[in-house]
Amino acid sequence: MSTIVIRQGLVVGEHTSGVADVLIVDGRVADVAAVIDAPSDAHEVDARDCWVGPGFVDLHTHLREPGRESAETIESGARAGALGGYCALVAMPNTEPALDSVALVSFVLERGARTPLDIAVAGAITIGRRGESLAPLAEMAALGVRLFTDDGIGVQDPSMMRRALTYAKPLGVRLAQHCEDERLAAGGTMNEGSLSGSLGLIGRPALAEELMVQRDIELVRLTGSPLHFLHLSTRRSLEMVLRARDEGLPVSFEVAPHHFTLDESACSSYDPVFKVHPPLRSPGDVEALRQSLCDGVIDAVATDHAPHAPELKDLAFDEAPAGMLGLEHAASLTFEALGASADPGVFFAVLSRGPARIAQLRREDGRVRHSAHGGAMAVGDDANVTVFDPGCHWSVDRTTLASRSMNTPYDGRPMVGRVRATIAKGRLVVDEGLLT
Amino acid sequence: MIESIRGRSLLSLDELSKGAIVEVLDTAESFVEVNRRSIKKVPALKGRVVASLFFEESTRTRLSFETAAKRLSADVLSLAVASSSVKKGESLRDTIATIDALGIDAVVMRHRSSGAALQVSRYVPHVRVINGGDGQHQHPTQGLLDAFTIRQILSERQATTGLESGAELFEGLRILIVGDIRHSRVARSDVAAYTTLGAEVRVCAPGTLLPDGVATWPVTVAHDFDEALAWADVVGLLRLQSERGSGAFVASLDEFTFTHGLTVERARLLKPEALIMHPGPMNRGVEIDSRVVDSSQAIVERQVSNGVPIRMAVLYLSVAGSREGQGL
Repeated sequence: MSTIVIRQGLVVGEHTSGVADVLIVDGRVADVAAVIDAPSDAHEVDARDCWVGPGFVDLHTHLREPGRESAETIESGARAGALGGYCALVAMPNTEPALDSVALVSFVLERGARTPLDIAVAGAITIGRRGESLAPLAEMAALGVRLFTDDGIGVQDPSMMRRALTYAKPLGVRLAQHCEDERLAAGGTMNEGSLSGSLGLIGRPALAEELMVQRDIELVRLTGSPLHFLHLSTRRSLEMVLRARDEGLPVSFEVAPHHFTLDESACSSYDPVFKVHPPLRSPGDVEALRQSLCDGVIDAVATDHAPHAPELKDLAFDEAPAGMLGLEHAASLTFEALGASADPGVFFAVLSRGPARIAQLRREDGRVRHSAHGGAMAVGDDANVTVFDPGCHWSVDRTTLASRSMNTPYDGRPMVGRVRATIAKGRLVVDEGLLT
Repeated sequence: MIESIRGRSLLSLDELSKGAIVEVLDTAESFVEVNRRSIKKVPALKGRVVASLFFEESTRTRLSFETAAKRLSADVLSLAVASSSVKKGESLRDTIATIDALGIDAVVMRHRSSGAALQVSRYVPHVRVINGGDGQHQHPTQGLLDAFTIRQILSERQATTGLESGAELFEGLRILIVGDIRHSRVARSDVAAYTTLGAEVRVCAPGTLLPDGVATWPVTVAHDFDEALAWADVVGLLRLQSERGSGAFVASLDEFTFTHGLTVERARLLKPEALIMHPGPMNRGVEIDSRVVDSSQAIVERQVSNGVPIRMAVLYLSVAGSREGQGL
């Protein structure tokens, strides 16, 4: 393994930050000091004016393999992730077939092991994600799966969800819910409101999300089993989960960059690139999410990276599939939303430490299959490190993304802040903003 | 705001100024005259190619557009998309690219999805797109022909002409739109046309058939149908869109007739000079009683026959017109 020295970046620890050099030897952080006398064969990363922190962890990546390899593969998704500063991705189980068995989970883990990143798997809660019968959570947990979700759809039946929570609790795993009551969402394609009414598009009401959030908070209270709320998109959802967390319930949640940077008005173009579930919400919801991010109360920013082959986004708005790309610009959007006085501690908390804790990928979680993530930037940590340049100005070009798909809603948008280097499992996989 | 559709696509009436709408109505007046001739054809679009692309079944709109294009001497490419490649999973972009490759000046399109016409106009920016109805969003030529028909009849009553009256007759005109507003593209286009022209519009429907955010529309919601009927100068009924799932939004068709059907008894509440309109196809006995359709107040046939001159006007302005403007 190579030796890497990261020069003079702002090293962002758990509680303190300071300008220092970071030496990486044989996959571990070997030294953090004001000036390090590195061996002559060490690869130098110039991190002046950059932030250096634990590599990002995405709790919510749709890698599409198996089944939809024309949109993304584990390999292409890992490259997109590396460019976005990610060292670990949690692969969502809504593949074809769904990741609901030992064989399928093993397949993804093996493919993932061929990439430079750590690819963790979220298993399905129910067989085929159909919400009818429990998937073999214990068998999958034995392979190291720590998160389970039917994402793409929530577990609609409250009795099924209650049973799943109760079953999961002694396994030491966490369920994650895509909160939308599909009966209330009624096949809608954008946020319900006066805009959907005038555009003639069927609305997915905020209430469809909020009702399931409320239901599941009560199920957590009943069962004591931990639950992660995926991509919360409304002010009220956020308030309910924050209140539950304050009450001491074992709940965590994530927000997605598109929900704190884009509002429903984007749908006026009827461009299916803006179609996503839960949908882009009202400006008030967007602002509430952004404010919560700045206040440092959000557990995790997760991408909900959802590649779709171009021909599927060339359909009419109501016929096109929901979902948008996220990996390659999530950090920039998070930085932008944090604003001029962005706190690097919050930045690495939501992109790395928070998600690593939820996915049980930290050193203290004792994982064997994966290296440790979300560390303190201390000597001895596994070398998963991201160097972020807050001063870099760039713009998104959908044709040059590493993802196999092009469905980014930010094409042509100017961005501030960019990942300069990604060191995953001790290897420099992105340097000067490019894959090595 | 679009000040004139000359040389432009027609996607939605929401974006047209009063002047742009009046221009279409005025242009249509001269085509009414053409349609009365024994030889109903003018060379205005000779050599131009208009594609008619109906992704959703339609009889009258399609026939009316194709007749209009032929009377303007355009070549018409008629594609029955519902039974062609779209069924095989071709994307909207590929379908329009294929038609465009044949060399077309304009496309008249209908699609079951809201926004499809706007999407197509982005895919082929050099082609004029005439929206013949997109999902639950807009049906601009229906809104224009409804406004045209009202103006035509009211100006006849005042022994003047539509051309002379401009938009004056709409000032303060009381128009009531009744029925499945929620799922109706006609309602959205009618509301835009009528309010832009200066009319006062009320809508009346079961609560479930009002659109989300109706409070932000430039209309008043009438809760008492009978009272609203007595108020109205014009009543526009809408088809109950059972194919869009409206059935589940009311208890039954019978109950809809009970609460919001224009029955013979209710029609008596209307002012004697009030006009009754329906964009068709009608569910006789549901939103409107057969005897009411056949009464002298109903102007449904006039709406149908005005379809051709309005669509001639739209095609003429959009396809022949340059943005600088040119005369007939």
